[in-house]
Amino acid sequence: MANQTWQQFMQARKKEKRMVRFYQLTILLLFFIGWEVLSRLGWIDPLLFSSPTKVWQTLHDKIVDGSLLLHVNVTLIETVIGFLAGTFIGTLLATLLWWSSLLSKVLDPYLVILNAMPKVALGPILIVALGPGYFSIIAMGALISIIITTIVVYTAFKGVDPNYSKVLQTFGATRWQVFREVILPASFPTIISTLKVNVGLSWVGVIVGEFLVASKGLGYLIIYGFQVFNFNLVLMSLLIIAFFATLMYQVVELVERRIVKQND
Amino acid sequence: MAFLTVEHIGHSYFSTTQAKEVLRDIDFTVHEGEFVSLIGPSGCGKTTLLSIIAGLVTPTEGNIYVHGEKMTVQQPPLIGYMLQQDYLFPWKTIAENITIGLNMMEHSKKAHKVTVNALLKEIGLPHVGNHYPRELSGGMRQRVALARTLAVNPKILLLDEPFSALDYQSKLKLEDFVGATLKNHQKTAILVTHDIGEAIAMSERVILLSANPGTIHRIFDIPKELRQLSPFEVRQHAMYTSVFQMIWKELESLG
Repeated sequence: MANQTWQQFMQARKKEKRMVRFYQLTILLLFFIGWEVLSRLGWIDPLLFSSPTKVWQTLHDKIVDGSLLLHVNVTLIETVIGFLAGTFIGTLLATLLWWSSLLSKVLDPYLVILNAMPKVALGPILIVALGPGYFSIIAMGALISIIITTIVVYTAFKGVDPNYSKVLQTFGATRWQVFREVILPASFPTIISTLKVNVGLSWVGVIVGEFLVASKGLGYLIIYGFQVFNFNLVLMSLLIIAFFATLMYQVVELVERRIVKQND
Repeated sequence: MAFLTVEHIGHSYFSTTQAKEVLRDIDFTVHEGEFVSLIGPSGCGKTTLLSIIAGLVTPTEGNIYVHGEKMTVQQPPLIGYMLQQDYLFPWKTIAENITIGLNMMEHSKKAHKVTVNALLKEIGLPHVGNHYPRELSGGMRQRVALARTLAVNPKILLLDEPFSALDYQSKLKLEDFVGATLKNHQKTAILVTHDIGEAIAMSERVILLSANPGTIHRIFDIPKELRQLSPFEVRQHAMYTSVFQMIWKELESLG
């Protein structure tokens, strides 16, 4: 009897899952079909909004002539480095703040200012300081996530139940040992969840950076397409960015599931 | 000679709005292998006193001597501390949890494995070394916490309401288990508790503190007949009720 009810329950769940998938796919299809139809009928300006078939054609051409791979490569590398650097430096700063409560008190107002400040506005300064190249683009991708990472991770460090530290202190642990054995592992879930935010932020930083200086990359393709009025190119780049940003996010989520599973 | 001497300890906490005196002139000694309980109304500074004895907090007045040696925060004596909850690290296996104290002291890893196996056997959980804390029940976890504390072979065990988070049945079982284990190892122990029955069942002396500021109100010697028995047996003994009544009345008189 119980087994039968359970089977019914599982069937209902399966059915619901199929329904959800069905509607998700329907939305996607409707979007692209609608886009195509509206563009062909001239309800939206095909010159500005292109159409899926034209975007597909552009994508095909760019893959065949090999230029797309180059642009995607450049942007991906910049984003991944920026993302890792931002997370790493942010966590490092959080560690320093945790280490010295005096430092954290002194720096508190500066963190607030830096956090409130729109980091992309620093773009021109970065370019002047670091030169118009990969370096300032990566710096932009990192800078945009450093301060928020610092603040979130530092808050996590402080939020670790002090009794865990107490356990180690009764064993005569040093401050460094307490950090390594308790504070850092206990904060891993928070660090991972900031990674998820940072993925998105790094894309913003890198694309804006490419808008400003690049001669390669997806951000460059968007600006270039915009300038020569080739919106097929712009929309293609957008779709590729959406694809890879999602992919990166999924990878981080995979890592998160691994680590959180281990954690509790 | 006294094993642990608590000498005229006074302690105050300072905040921007006030200085609060939590302990005043706490003075007592504990013999080697003795089990002493601290009870008292909430706010009597029991936990603060334990932290001071553990060397985690420097008292504003007075000194602690272990084996006649004055204790300092820089060089605390080997103290085992058990808290209300087990505070096992969820990301470490049971074996890793037990050896964490040893690792802090940088002993060789080889010896650790032997220690872990012996301790796991002793706490009656020989096969859980590779499990994670979440896979164990509350009582089992608290037993592992005891093993972690014993692993470093501490001179004194400080127990800060270690049974309070457990259900009644697990609590009674664990009292017996901890009592027997400490007797086996001939450990000196100080237990902080809210539970008069627990204090009587487990200890040889009960120190009753009064609150605001915490001072020693009275010290009760538990009758010899009860000391020989296990905590569970003490609770069944005819004399238990009268001792309970005596301490209860004193506690009531404190308001």
